[in-house]
Parts: sequence; C-alpha cells; structure tokens
Amino acid sequence: MSDLKQELKEKIITQLNLEDIAIEEIADNDSLFGDGLGLDSIDALELIVMLDKDYGIKLTDPKEGKKIFESIEVMSNYITEHRTK
Amino acid sequence: MNKTYLSYNNIVSALGFDSPRVVQNIHEGISGITLIEDENLFPNPFYASIIDSNSLKEAFGLLGPNSDYTRLEQMMIMSLDKIIKESSVKLTDRVGLIISTTKGNIDTLDPTNPMPKERAYLGTLGHIIKNYFRFVTEPIVLSNACVSGILAISIAKRFIAQGTFDQVFIVGGDIVSNFILSGFNSFQAMSPLPCKPYCKERSGINIGEVAASVLVTTEQKKLVPEAVEIMGEASCNDANHISGPSRTGEGLYRSIQSAFKEANAGPQDIDYISAHGTATNFNDEMEAIALNRLDLGGVPLNSLKGYFGHTLGGSGLLETIVGMHSLYHNTLYPSIGFTELGVSQPLNIIRATTAKKLDCFLKTASGFGGCNTAAVFKKVQS
Amino acid sequence: MTAENLKIKEYCSISNNRVMLNGQLLFEAQGSDFITFIKLAYKKMDTKYPKFFKMDDLSKLGFLASDILLKPITQDSEMPKNIALAFSNSASSLETDRKHQESIRDKEYYFPSPAIFVYTLPNICLGEISIKHRLHSENSFFIFNHFNAEYLHDYANSLMKSEKADEVLCGWINCDVEDYEAFLYLVSTEGSIAHNKEEIIKLYTTK
Repeated sequence: MSDLKQELKEKIITQLNLEDIAIEEIADNDSLFGDGLGLDSIDALELIVMLDKDYGIKLTDPKEGKKIFESIEVMSNYITEHRTK
Repeated sequence: MNKTYLSYNNIVSALGFDSPRVVQNIHEGISGITLIEDENLFPNPFYASIIDSNSLKEAFGLLGPNSDYTRLEQMMIMSLDKIIKESSVKLTDRVGLIISTTKGNIDTLDPTNPMPKERAYLGTLGHIIKNYFRFVTEPIVLSNACVSGILAISIAKRFIAQGTFDQVFIVGGDIVSNFILSGFNSFQAMSPLPCKPYCKERSGINIGEVAASVLVTTEQKKLVPEAVEIMGEASCNDANHISGPSRTGEGLYRSIQSAFKEANAGPQDIDYISAHGTATNFNDEMEAIALNRLDLGGVPLNSLKGYFGHTLGGSGLLETIVGMHSLYHNTLYPSIGFTELGVSQPLNIIRATTAKKLDCFLKTASGFGGCNTAAVFKKVQS
Repeated sequence: MTAENLKIKEYCSISNNRVMLNGQLLFEAQGSDFITFIKLAYKKMDTKYPKFFKMDDLSKLGFLASDILLKPITQDSEMPKNIALAFSNSASSLETDRKHQESIRDKEYYFPSPAIFVYTLPNICLGEISIKHRLHSENSFFIFNHFNAEYLHDYANSLMKSEKADEVLCGWINCDVEDYEAFLYLVSTEGSIAHNKEEIIKLYTTK
C-alpha cells in the first residue's frame, strides 16, 4: 500500500473519530459514504478542510467533494495530482 | 384558558432602531445587507447586515448607561428599554424575562476583546439585562439554535398558561462575529452575494445582527394596534441529522400540523407565511416539501433574510414582529433577492409590496440540531 | 391530567466519575479524566452507537445519561414516543466554543473545523438524543446560572398539561473548565416520586 493511502486512512480514522474502525478494515476501494464507512455530510466538510490544510487543495464546491471522496483510491489519486504541499 | 397576545414590540437592526422605521424600510424594499470589509470579522469581504457602530453608540449613549456594555447588551437594552417604558408594565415577581440567543456575547471570547471572558456565559448576559431593568424574577435564557426567537414566544405562552408569570418580556438577538462567520464559512454555507431565498440562483446565507423584543401578555388593556393573538404553536425535532434538515421536512411538517391543531386552523385560514428561507439549498428545499405536504404551497410567502440576513437567535422573533406589522398594515412584503423559483415544489413567493386584507399568519423556523418551530398568529383588531 | 398527579418515574446522574440510576451506582471509574471515564461508561452501558465518538463532551454526557433512561422505553417499541426534552445548564456549549475560537486565532493558520463548529450550540445534544431514540418531540435548552428546579418543574407541567408531550425528560447537563455534571429525570404520569420542586431539589442535591 502506498504511503499516501496509509496516511489518508490514519487521518480519516483520527480526524473523523472513527474509534471502532482499524486501518486494516478500510480497503482502498471501499466507499467512504453511505453503506461503506458511513460518513456523513459533516465528515465531507471536514475532509474538505483536511485537503486544504494538509495538501493545499481548495475545494469551493461541496459537490466536487462527493466525487473526490468516493474511496481512498480516488482520493489518493486526486491528491497526488493536485497537491500544492 | 386566557388568550395570550404579542403586544409592545421593538426592533434594533441595520434597518433602524424601532419597529415602525424598520417596517417602513421593508415597505420600500430597502435591504440592510451590504458588503463588509473588516478583517477582524472575516479575512475576505463578505455580505452581512450589520448595525452601524457609531449610530449604536450614539443611540445607546442617550440612555445614560453608567457602566460598560458589550455590543449585544447595548442592542438588547435599547430594544427592551422602549417597550418596558411604553407598556408601563411594573416589573414585579409576576413578570418574566426570556432572552433568546444562540451565541450571546461570543465576541468576548476573542483574545482582542477587552471585556472579561466571563461575559461569554449566557447566564451572565441574562443577569446584566435583568439588573439593568431591575427585573425581580430570574432570567430564562433560551439557546435553541435558529428556532430560539420563535420558540421563546411559545415558552413565554406556556409559562403564562402554567401560572409562573402573568406577563413576559422577550428579547432575542445575536451579533455578527468572527466566531459565527468562520463557522458558517467552514460549512460552505455563506453566499458570496446578497442571499436569494427560494431562488434558482441561491447560494447560501448572509449573517445579520438584530435585537428584537416583545411583550407577551394576557391583558387586553396592554394591547397595541398591531397586537396579535398566539393561536397555536409547536416545536418538533426532525430526529434525522444534527446539521442537515430532513429531506422530507418531517419536523417542520409535524410542527405546523401540531400548531394548526392547537389553533383549530387549517391551510385555508392562513393568509400569509413568514417562512425561514435561509437561502441554503437544503433548507429552502426542505421547507417547500414540508409546506406542500400541508397544502400550503399556494399561500403568499416570504423570507425576510434578504433584508436582515440570518439573525440567528433573533430571527424568529424579528420576523414575527414584522409579520404583526404586515397584518396591521394589511400589506404583504416581498421576499427580496428572489427572481425564479428554485425548489422542487410550488411556493407562492411574494414578489412586490401588495395590499391585501390579512387576518392570520404562520411563522416557521428550522435550525441545527434538527429543531423546527411553527406558530399561528391572528390579528386582534380587524 | 392534572399537574398534581405527575410523577418522577426515574432519574439518572453522571458526576464525580460515577454513573447513578435511581440512587443506585451503575458504574464508577475514579482517577480517570472525563474523556476516558465517559468512554469507559459508554462501553459498560453497552450502547453500541459509533456516532458517540464524534460528539463533543456535552453531547457525550447528555447522550449517555439520556440513553440510560430512554433505552428501555424506546428500543423495543415500534411506535415512536412523544417524550419532550427540557435541558438546562450554565455553560451552554462554551467548552466547544473555546475550541472553535482557538481554531480561528491565527490568521495565517485559519482552518476552523465544521465538525467542531456544529457542536457550538447546546441543543445539538438534544438533536443527538432525538436521532437515537426517534423522538419527533418538543426540545428546549435553557441556560441558568444555577440549577433551577422551579422553572423546569413548571415547564414540564405545562408540556404535560397541554398534551404537547406524554413524558418529559428534564434536567441539567453541564461541561465547563475541569468540571462536568449530568442530572436527568423523567416526568411521567407513572412513578413513585411526586413531581414537585422540593423532590427535584432533593434528588439533585443528593445525587
């Protein structure tokens, strides 16, 4: 597993307070919202802040986030391509 | 049971420091929302409805205060002072004080604010207002998100019915602060332009500040010409999500239904709806769904957020007071900012100041925590 | 129904690292800080509600105390219950307010968190409880400098008398600098304790 994917899983668990979930339980292609990890709209907003704070990516349209936060795989690809820090 | 009324009222806002002036500005289609450039409040320029600080200082100075008061305290004291004097209600142990606010003196948490940090406690705010006017009873501070202002009316009515008080003064308000602006911005809820409730082009809220006040009473001889009777009210939770409104408008639907039941009224009795209309995508859509579930899609409706922005803990009370004047003047005021319907269900948005015989209106509000409140008010003098 | 006949059905308190139900000790963990204690209590109560970990301290406290009283009533019931919530405290959401204020202190490192901001209202706790127990009921959050039995008593009576609620969960949940306290009681037509100001004060002070 790439370092970035590992890093994202760790961050999601700690920053979104998913205390009952271990890193190994999140597969790269699991969906993060809905039936997958069960994240909600506040988590999505929190991930937008994380993209900005940790990777220098500014999303202004929450709808964009919906696609980017589909899975760890998609997120990691997007960050690799757009990161400014 | 005795009838309960809303009587003496006052609004301190960017559109003026008393109800008649504010309502006159609304009549003329004037909005209090302007572009604000103040880095102490927010890093980038933003639209909000803010009271001019010099005018506030000057007007408050006329009361001859003998100590320092925060911005919100000044607004609330000015707002209440007028109606306490005009109503000449004696502040005995039968008179209650309800303060509705979401954040109170939250600006005092900012390290640059000179006031002591203890001022951020809402109970402290309550006692400052109590002591200024020498209320005898303990103040009741209500902090129930964006329904606080209208829920405060319900609560006043309930305490009166229970015999705790004979009359209650309510003051509701919040200020525009860096705390609130940064928070709503992190929610991606702020509109980059003046807000456009229910419009296809709406893109979020503007924040505003206000201190609105009203006397809740059962005494017929204490009624002003614009007084209204509280016919029915209710507050129901969505039980769905802590920030997003229910997709089916469940809590709002139940609140209106239950308020109708108490008022012994139905959609046919409502001449006008003063809705919440924050201009976020989800809120306005939710309201359209809830109102249509109750066959209220055809009733003339406005949101006053286009005049005042979202004034949080003051909004429900402010908008109820404007509704009282709307009934008194037999005039519907337009929902400014609106051009084309942008919700999935029909709504009869008021587009221009219109003369119409009005007797009864419905006020609704919804807020974080899944709370919703609805109340039905009827004109006393027709 | 007359107010004179109303009862306090059950009561629960969480303070000094102890969880008490109707005067009986349910759980105790001396020596741990609030966040450790409340998580241990959550596990002990077998609550199984992952959203608990996302809540701020005030919501965790109110949620857990409510869950102890409401779970037996709501979990096996098909029909949603009309149980109103009338909570109060002295610090509103100030513990979380301070966290949000801290996040906007540095203009060069300005990343306020929506997950914190949403909890900067005391009634969010009422929303959390309503979601868990499917309560489409009356919610109100009052702020008093001190526990005010008289106002809570009168307000619960008015909700019951006007039939706006079948039962009312009332009380005090407070989180402030280095201190926390929860005391909740259920006002009902059934129960063995009379619902009056004196009894409420007695239960609150002897908790």
